[in-house]
Parts: sequence; C-alpha cells; structure tokens
Amino acid sequence: MYTEKLLEHFRNPRNYGRIEDADGVGKVGNPVCGDVMYLYIKVDDGRIADIKFETFGCAAAIATSSMVTEMVKGKTIEEALQITNKAVAEALGGLPPIKMHCSLLAEEGLKAAILDYYSRRGIEPPQELVERLKRLRGEDTHDAAE
Amino acid sequence: MRFVYLDYNATTPLDERVLEAMMPYLKEQYGNPSSIYRFAQNARKAVEDARAKVATLLNASEREIVFTGGGTEANNYAIKGFAFANRHKGNHIITSQIEHHAVLNVCKYLEERHGFEVTYVPVDSYGVVDVDAVREAIRDDTILITIMHANNETGVLQPVEEIAKLAKERGICFHTDAIQVAGKMRVDVQALGVDLLSISAHKFYGPKGVGALFIRKGVRIDPLIHGGHQEMGKRAGTENVAGIVGLAEAFALAHEGMEEEWEREKRLRDKLERGILERIPDVIVNGHPEKRLANTLNIVVKYVEGEAMLLSMDVEGICASSGSACTSGSLEPSHVLTAMGIPHELAHGSLRFSLGRFTTEEDIDYVLDVLPKVVERLREISPYGVGKEELERAAEYSSRRRQVH
Repeated sequence: MYTEKLLEHFRNPRNYGRIEDADGVGKVGNPVCGDVMYLYIKVDDGRIADIKFETFGCAAAIATSSMVTEMVKGKTIEEALQITNKAVAEALGGLPPIKMHCSLLAEEGLKAAILDYYSRRGIEPPQELVERLKRLRGEDTHDAAE
Repeated sequence: MRFVYLDYNATTPLDERVLEAMMPYLKEQYGNPSSIYRFAQNARKAVEDARAKVATLLNASEREIVFTGGGTEANNYAIKGFAFANRHKGNHIITSQIEHHAVLNVCKYLEERHGFEVTYVPVDSYGVVDVDAVREAIRDDTILITIMHANNETGVLQPVEEIAKLAKERGICFHTDAIQVAGKMRVDVQALGVDLLSISAHKFYGPKGVGALFIRKGVRIDPLIHGGHQEMGKRAGTENVAGIVGLAEAFALAHEGMEEEWEREKRLRDKLERGILERIPDVIVNGHPEKRLANTLNIVVKYVEGEAMLLSMDVEGICASSGSACTSGSLEPSHVLTAMGIPHELAHGSLRFSLGRFTTEEDIDYVLDVLPKVVERLREISPYGVGKEELERAAEYSSRRRQVH
C-alpha cells in the first residue's frame, strides 16, 4: 500500500525535532483524528534556514512531514509557499487515496508556520496564503488543534 | 532476523497434522460426496465423520451441524437465514455495538435494505455487554438476539449464558459468534443454551475458507446459498471435503491439552502485559482484567499512532494488529474501543497482541525488548515531549466541540 520511498522516509525521517527559538511555528491537526503536526521554521534573509517537525500520526503522516521539510529547506519563503500537498505526495511516489489527508496536513503545517512567521514580524500575509489555509482546514476535515 | 507472530486472532498457521489429514481429499480422494459409486462414498464418509466429530465436541447432534465457507458465511447464514424465515413473528433484532463486522454489517444490511429494526446494545468500560440493556431492549416483536462469545479485539468474554437464558424465557432465538472462542476453550451449546453458533477453522489451526454453524433442532432458518441438496438442503454447493476434514481435525486437536495451553498462553500474555506496563509510560490495558481470552492483550499507547507502531515492529519481524483508523481502511478508529468509551485520540494508539500455540517465552522477551524502543522513537518524532498536556487539552477541546455539534 505504501511506496518504498514513503517507507524509507517513515523509517528515517529527516529534520525531526524542535527549534526552540523558531521564527514561526505551525501547529496543525487534531489528536482526535489521529494526527498532529508541529512545524518549526528558522528564517534567515528571507530563506528557510532551518526547519524541523514533530508529528504524531501514522506512517504516511510522518513521511509527508519529513518530505515537506526536505523540500523547503534552504528555499525562500516565496518558493516555499508554492509547495502544494500534491507535490509532497508526488515526491513520495504517491499516497493511497485514504492517506491524501496526510499530505494536506504537511502543506497546512508549513503554511501555518509561515503565517505565524509573518504575524510575529508584523508583516501583512498574502491574501492567497490566508485563503489557502482556510481551505486546507476545511478540506482535510481536521479541525485545527487550537 | 527473528520472526514473531502475535496475531493469532487474525489467523493461525495450519497444523501439520491437519494438512496431513486433508491431503488425501486434495489428491486421490477427489470424488464428489453426492455421487453414488463407492469411490465417492469415501468423500461422503469423510464429511460425515467430520460432522460427527464437530457435533461431539460442541455437544450437539450431527444433524445440527452445517458446514459453511467460513465464519463470515456462518454469521451471515445465521442472522439473515433466521430473520428471513421468521419475519412473520416479528421485525426486531438485538445485537451489540462491539460485534465483528460479519455480524454488525449483516444487521445494518437487514435494517437498511429489508426494514428490520435493530437495537445495538452498549458495553461497559471493560467491553462487557450490558445484560440489563439487552433485557430492556427486548420487545414483543424481537425475534433474534445475536451477541458474540468473545470479542476479537479485546478478547473480552461476554455473558452469553445469561443472555441465552433471557432469550429462552422470552421465546427469542439466540445466536452467538463463537469464532474467537472455539478452539481456545470448550464450547458446549447445551451449557451455553444457544440456538445458533458460528465457528471458523482458520482461527484454530485449520484451513481458511471453512466454518460451521450449529443450528438447534427445530430452529427454522432459510438457506443463504441455494442450489443442490448438500448439507441437508441447508447449504448448497459441492462440499469442500478437504476443508471440512481439516476443520474437524483441527478442532479435535485443539481440544487436546486445551486447559494446559490456555494456562501457558495466559502466563505468557500476563508477562507481556506486565512487561509493557513496566517498561513503557502512558500505557492503558483495554478490556476486562479477568473475563478475557487467555491469549489476547489489547493496549493503548498514548501519544503514538497504531499503524506507525505496527510498521515499525514489522521492520523488526513482529506481527501484531491495531484498532487505529489507519489500519481499518477508514478514518474512524475501532468501533469496539470507542464503544467502550475510549476516546478517539487514544483508540488511534491501540495495539493488539494475540498469542497462540507456537508463541514462546523468547518471543515475549523479544517484543519486550523491541516495543519500548519503537514507542520511544515514535514519541521522539512526535510532539509528546513538549506537548503532552497541550495534546490532551486539544483533544478535550475538540471532543467537547464534537459533543456540541
């Protein structure tokens, strides 16, 4: 049911852990639904200099978390904002249909962390980001944890 | 790498001796039991000997045993067959919230597609069906009560004798799905007082795809599978001779040293349970501490998801199962655990270990070595360290919201 690539990311997740002095934190998912993701970013000169995640969830949730951090590390915020759940799923060689919500969680975690970064800096977030996050929260049928 | 199979409630390996007993009927004794010549009569005799063996072990008579294509078919046959044959007497069926899907979805089908009314009685926090709730659910038009003998996920034994008595007093037919019990402890249809009882061969070291239904003499039941006159006209289709022989042989073998095996598995199961509780913080044992099959252990490991644990254990050669949503093919965790009042966020972290005839002390030691590392690692990846309280608050918050909705 899972691709080798996904299993490999599940067994050896990249960038897990916490950034104590993060510039942005995204806390998404819901323990009642079985997955929670905390995503921490450190931004330097408009680039995601460091990124870490903590995820409670199934193998697909852990693998998509790992993959999304790998995909955006070193990228500019603008580039990171272009990442979609589909791209995360594709990078893992696909997800079973019932697990697509895990890729939504990964995208949501990243975007929530960026939104948090904007608000900490007092920067007006792009309207698209705000809209997309709203949709993600509706789409993946998981309530936000907070 | 070590291979440790702890999923005997899912299925069991075929006993060598059973395979040996089956072989002639897969090879040279291929006659159709319905044929008249002497050659085919060997197959006929094998089926009837098997029936006699099963009947004796269940304390039933031969004509009360019908072989089926597995446990699911036995449950389907019992419930649909009885409901359709007795509809003129009433339209109401009682079952429980923790039945196997082979019962639950049959009841739902009768409810949704055939207009039967079904009451799903609750269980207490130990996962035991509430007998009072069954009593209160009985109506004048109740025709059938179907409650499992032991639950497949938790191993919790149900008060079937009491419910059977209740049913008898009110003239209601009582079916029990004894699939997880048969082969583990003695099942006596007279002592239990049941009218219909299902068993499945592959749960007791027999082949897959063969089961049996006990139908008490005098119970009217419509066939599920129509066709030839096989199985006294109750189940059409050429008999699965090798399978039937295998079922009977496996069932008989399971009764040899049954009590000793029960004690042996109980000791190992208890060791596993104690060991896990000692080694891993934030673990809950599900089900009743005593009224439980000796081989089954169901736990919740808080703040870890079940499928992630299973896949991590699989890497180390350990086979177990979980009631997490991710293993159910839906987004909902186990209906059994949620019926017991276990919140969703905990049910996602459930694990079931079910021991069997080939489980050794070393297997248990190995799991006790591997599982704590698996849990520790997954908790390291998860927000467990920082967010334990936060996770609980979030879960509580959304549970409240769900109640409001």
